Amino acid sequence: MNRKLLSLALLGSTILGGAAAAEVTLTIESWRNDDLILWQDKIIPAFEAANPDIKVKFTPSAPAEYNAVLNSKLDAGSAGDLITCRPFDASLALYDAGHLADLSDLDGMDNFSPVAKSAWQTDDAAASFCMPMASVIHGFIYNKDAFAELGLEIPETEEQFFAALETIKADGNYIPLAMGTNDQWEAATMGYNNIGPNYWKGEEGRLALIAGEQKLTDPQWVAPYETLAKWNEYLGDGYEAQTYPDSQNIFTLGRAAIYPAGSWEITGFNAQADFAMGAFKPPVMNAGDTCYISDHTDIALGMNAASPNAEAAKTFLNWMGTSEFASIYANALPGFFSLSNHDVAMEDPLAQEFVSWRGECESTIRSTYQVLSRGTPNLENETWGASVAAIKGSKSAADLGMELQTGLESWYAPQK
Amino acid sequence: MKRPRIKWHIVVFLAPAVLVYTAIMIFPLFNTLRLALYTEVDQVRHFVGLENFRTLFGNPHWSGQFWNALGNNMWFFFIHMIVQNPIGIALAAILSHPRLRFAALYRTAIFVPTILSFVIVGFAWKLILSPIWGITPDMLKAVGLHWLFAPYLGKEEYALTTLSLISVWQFVGIPMMLIYAALLAIPEEVLEAGEVDGITGFSAFWKIKLPLILPSIGIISILTFVANFNAFDLIYTTQGALAGPAFSTDILGTFMYRTFFGFQLQLGDPHMGSAIASGMFGIILIGVCIYLFGIQTRLRRYQF
Repeated sequence: MNRKLLSLALLGSTILGGAAAAEVTLTIESWRNDDLILWQDKIIPAFEAANPDIKVKFTPSAPAEYNAVLNSKLDAGSAGDLITCRPFDASLALYDAGHLADLSDLDGMDNFSPVAKSAWQTDDAAASFCMPMASVIHGFIYNKDAFAELGLEIPETEEQFFAALETIKADGNYIPLAMGTNDQWEAATMGYNNIGPNYWKGEEGRLALIAGEQKLTDPQWVAPYETLAKWNEYLGDGYEAQTYPDSQNIFTLGRAAIYPAGSWEITGFNAQADFAMGAFKPPVMNAGDTCYISDHTDIALGMNAASPNAEAAKTFLNWMGTSEFASIYANALPGFFSLSNHDVAMEDPLAQEFVSWRGECESTIRSTYQVLSRGTPNLENETWGASVAAIKGSKSAADLGMELQTGLESWYAPQK
Repeated sequence: MKRPRIKWHIVVFLAPAVLVYTAIMIFPLFNTLRLALYTEVDQVRHFVGLENFRTLFGNPHWSGQFWNALGNNMWFFFIHMIVQNPIGIALAAILSHPRLRFAALYRTAIFVPTILSFVIVGFAWKLILSPIWGITPDMLKAVGLHWLFAPYLGKEEYALTTLSLISVWQFVGIPMMLIYAALLAIPEEVLEAGEVDGITGFSAFWKIKLPLILPSIGIISILTFVANFNAFDLIYTTQGALAGPAFSTDILGTFMYRTFFGFQLQLGDPHMGSAIASGMFGIILIGVCIYLFGIQTRLRRYQF
């Protein structure tokens, strides 16, 4: 009899226990499988400590397959509650298709600047559908030992930049610039969109281009190609067939002095290079000019509109707006900088250097990403080819500007 | 008078092959052709008839890319025809020589690249030809030919030919094997009869063996044609979806892939992609028909 009572009591407790722990499990879709450990060891425990009744699972897929996998999961209704957002049109298409929820009213959104939010908004900025996570900053990483050996200073102006390249070339021990044109995107991303903002004055030029007030044939859009053409003689032998990993290896092996970079390289370079590294921002025309940097919005998190756990998902998204999240994320992944307005302290010196430019310069994003790469021909892809052609010298800067403008005009009404 | 019975065993034995082939080949093929007649506006699919084809051939942006890809594809095929097949025939002729030693070793060594994955072949050759880590510059320097070296895969004028030759290197084993088999099938009596008439050595090859293996050469040519116009993997693994430098290695396969699945910021367009795929299908169909009706029927076959 006693025994029966005991088992009844036990049974009752399990039912009660089950009711008390009505926990929700949130699943996150992402392409960042490199970050799995970071999420499991740092971000998720920190969140769960503050919100014990919500469990979080991070389930990334391979970067190249992410868009296709996500789309089929969303269509089949099996996608996770939280969805990592690519910037601009890929995510906008998901929002338009009703897959991503409107997050404009979340309190966490208040911690981000309009530029940070712009990558995940409708064109009229009426609705924001992803919580910004991180951006990457462009600049140049240099080999400090090589600079010391050759007695070089960090170049501030373009003239100094080319003088430094000339010195390195004359010395002959180092390849002045570690970049190749085989994979094409580096020429556009680390070339054109790295140095370009100083010419078109960052946001001012970018927005004017979208509004149709400036044209790609204007001098501020053509001049970066003229500068890229001058890079040609400072690249390594056979740069035409040099791939992106080739460039990374050449630099981390200490064979090159300067690497046109994105801040995402920091983690890898810290692990590979055994010399001291520094960073400098894209050189300006004349000393004292306002500088502009490409601080590109790269990654965000949105909510599956069909998620049954909307409340828990919103709790998580709001937590992402806190300084706690910003600090964990930025320190675990130096080179992916928080987009929030919080003042995040970072330990990595190279990352600190990059992020310090935010205080000195005006931030902008890559010129081709918003709206302008929506049609055919695709401006971003065309820019890759144009940047390569500029560096190789196979076409003149003016012709390239003309070609890009013709392509853009063919489908983009404000440019007609 | 018995009514002819339905031969059920034929139906039963054919069914699995017909069903599988229909499900994984015929249905997708016709669905692709159908997809090319639609377009999508605001998440809704509309029937537009031949509009996609009008864009593909009428809009200078699209038609420029299409003709460029087709031209590159022709060159790709041309290099295969003038390099791969003669070398394959020559290798087979040498291998079938009765006094050649280690023939089995050579045969295997030449055939091995054929079974390698495109990814391995692509990366291996990319490394071999790399101006930074590759062995090509050093080897050329060792024989005093350093001036011959260029970053082949990075130059518009060489990249496509280089890739064609890599593909030839990979696949030369197939014509070699087919011709080798055809050569072995030639009866000794025929050759001996020729010898009696004074036809030996090279003239025996030109006058007796070559005419007898012509049907095999025809088959190889059509296989090469189909494979080349469906090619994609090698270009994609070495040059990426943009088929650089400056689209000089863009062939129909990479053009279709880029359009169908999208690339970087360019969103995929399955409908235009299907239009290109239909174009590829049409080109291959025409090529095969020309061969079947124009050439194969005229080839003389010999029965022994």
